[in-house]
Amino acid sequence: MDKFRMVFQFLQSNQESFMNGICGIMALASAQLYSAFDFNCPCLPRYNMAYGLGVLLVPPLILFLLGFVLNNNVSMLAEEWRRPRGQRGKDAAVLRYMFCSMAQRAMIAPAVWVSVTLLDGKCITCAFCTALPVETLGNASHHGLSEREVKRVLARIPCKDIYDGQELVANEVAVRYLRCISQALGWCFVLLMTTLAFLVRSLRPCFTQAAFLKSRYWSHYIDIERKLFDETCTEHARSFAKVCIQQFFQGMSTDLAAAHCHPPIKAPTDAEEASEKLLGITDRGTMNTALKSWHTCKPPLHLHPAGPHSSNGWAGEWQPPTQPSPQPPT
Amino acid sequence: MDRFRMIFQYFQSNSESVMNGICGLLALASVKIYTCLDFSCPCLPRYNMAYGLGIMFVPPIALFLCGLILNRQSLVMLEEWRRPQGRRRKDLAVIRYMCCSIMQRAMIAPAVWIVVTLLDGKCLICAFSSSVDPEKFVGFANITPAQAQELLSKVPCKEDELVRNSTSRRAVSRYLRCWSQALGWSILLILIIAAFLARWLRPCFNQAALLQTRHWSNYIDIEQKIFEETCCEHSRLFAHKCILHFFESMRKEIRQHSFDLPRERDGEEGEEDLLHGITDQDQVNKLLKTWYYEKPPLDVS
Repeated sequence: MDKFRMVFQFLQSNQESFMNGICGIMALASAQLYSAFDFNCPCLPRYNMAYGLGVLLVPPLILFLLGFVLNNNVSMLAEEWRRPRGQRGKDAAVLRYMFCSMAQRAMIAPAVWVSVTLLDGKCITCAFCTALPVETLGNASHHGLSEREVKRVLARIPCKDIYDGQELVANEVAVRYLRCISQALGWCFVLLMTTLAFLVRSLRPCFTQAAFLKSRYWSHYIDIERKLFDETCTEHARSFAKVCIQQFFQGMSTDLAAAHCHPPIKAPTDAEEASEKLLGITDRGTMNTALKSWHTCKPPLHLHPAGPHSSNGWAGEWQPPTQPSPQPPT
Repeated sequence: MDRFRMIFQYFQSNSESVMNGICGLLALASVKIYTCLDFSCPCLPRYNMAYGLGIMFVPPIALFLCGLILNRQSLVMLEEWRRPQGRRRKDLAVIRYMCCSIMQRAMIAPAVWIVVTLLDGKCLICAFSSSVDPEKFVGFANITPAQAQELLSKVPCKEDELVRNSTSRRAVSRYLRCWSQALGWSILLILIIAAFLARWLRPCFNQAALLQTRHWSNYIDIEQKIFEETCCEHSRLFAHKCILHFFESMRKEIRQHSFDLPRERDGEEGEEDLLHGITDQDQVNKLLKTWYYEKPPLDVS
């Protein structure tokens, strides 16, 4: 029990650090994924915005859902939410606590992706290059191009090697401008997220500390109870299987005694522990029959009460072995 | 008991080192983020100052808040501050001590960012290139103010075609970088002198009171950790008892409904004990179903 207690304490005290660790790994993975990702702006008027905003917003959604999937406590929350009331009331505060702590952890990787994307600048450059203010940055009046043409030219800003609008607006000027806007947005986003996190963490002790302690205790309790129940069921299943199999072999031996008029198993003496473990099956034919009947006719999931060994009930179906009559014991 | 004592000592000595470690990691992270950041000054008249000063001051605020969030002791301090008095007096000196130590640690990463920014120089060049007096530099002296402004705002961008090979651009850049580095080193010197004085002069003032406040702030930290551990241990025992009661009640219910004669189980321990009287597929199914539909009440009296 001591060993179990130590393991439990370790898991419990470290469950939070375990979750924090997974959360940190996902944040690093999202930064790494972004740097490994080969960003290819299409440089076409309507596709740019779709591609840029898609790369900015779709992976965070996937990372957020992945954060929930990788969190073991999601199934626990769902179970607690959907169970019938029974004899134990349901506490909405506990459910809210569990959901909030999961959602907070799941939001870190998407926030890292969005920050890294905005600070890098390629997505915003790609998405908003057609909306560039040409009047302030370049020569709006000297080109004589239609608006559609202007948009087509501007859409090629992210692709330096095919850009042909140097007289309209210089490529470096446009890229610097868009990147500056993107980085400003990125830092504002980072500041906003850290401020929100700080407020959430620091306002809690000021207002709802007692309720928080209660919700935290009961959410840990639900988790521990679930683990302990699974363990108890596993122990029970192990004992059940052991007794079931023992009774199967004993039933087989009783059937053999009935069919072959062999003497029933003698009460074992101390020196005969090994033959007790043989459970009355002492030759190849009998063992083969036991194995075959284990496959064709498994015993019912019903343990007999302790008492005289009852048969397995197939004395009438038992086939004699096909080998010659058994040799007399040597 | 020995194990508990070892754990106590571990927490006592390592709570501070854990916080120092986090503080150091944040400082390194701030340097790393600065070097990874692709600084691109917009080189446009009004945008330069906003961008340059923004990059210099917004990340430190975010780093400061991160330093507060990642520090466990800030929660402990807030709880101690906001708790009702109850039967334990509140000592404001302890709260002040904790607040000071938290703030000091949280300010290291922002200070590192600002110093690195100033020593590198790009931010200041970007922010103040338009504010330089054009008369001081040969290439900008004999042109209209509007043109001078435009050229000066392009100084941070080396590759821009207007100022690509201009010696005056390099002169302005060197001038601003010199100011930036001087400012950076001065700030670093002031911070280190302040830290040195704070550490050296503290023992001269009220050392006894300091020892007391430090002791009680450690105590509050440890007390909270042990409370959380005790709650975990308690909930484990509670769950264990609750599940055993559940299996017992199932066994009683099964005995009531089946008409088996009560069996004496003298000396049959081991497997029968672990089976809790549940020996049938239907009984197991019923147990699992009842566990879901009717969890036992939270009452193990």
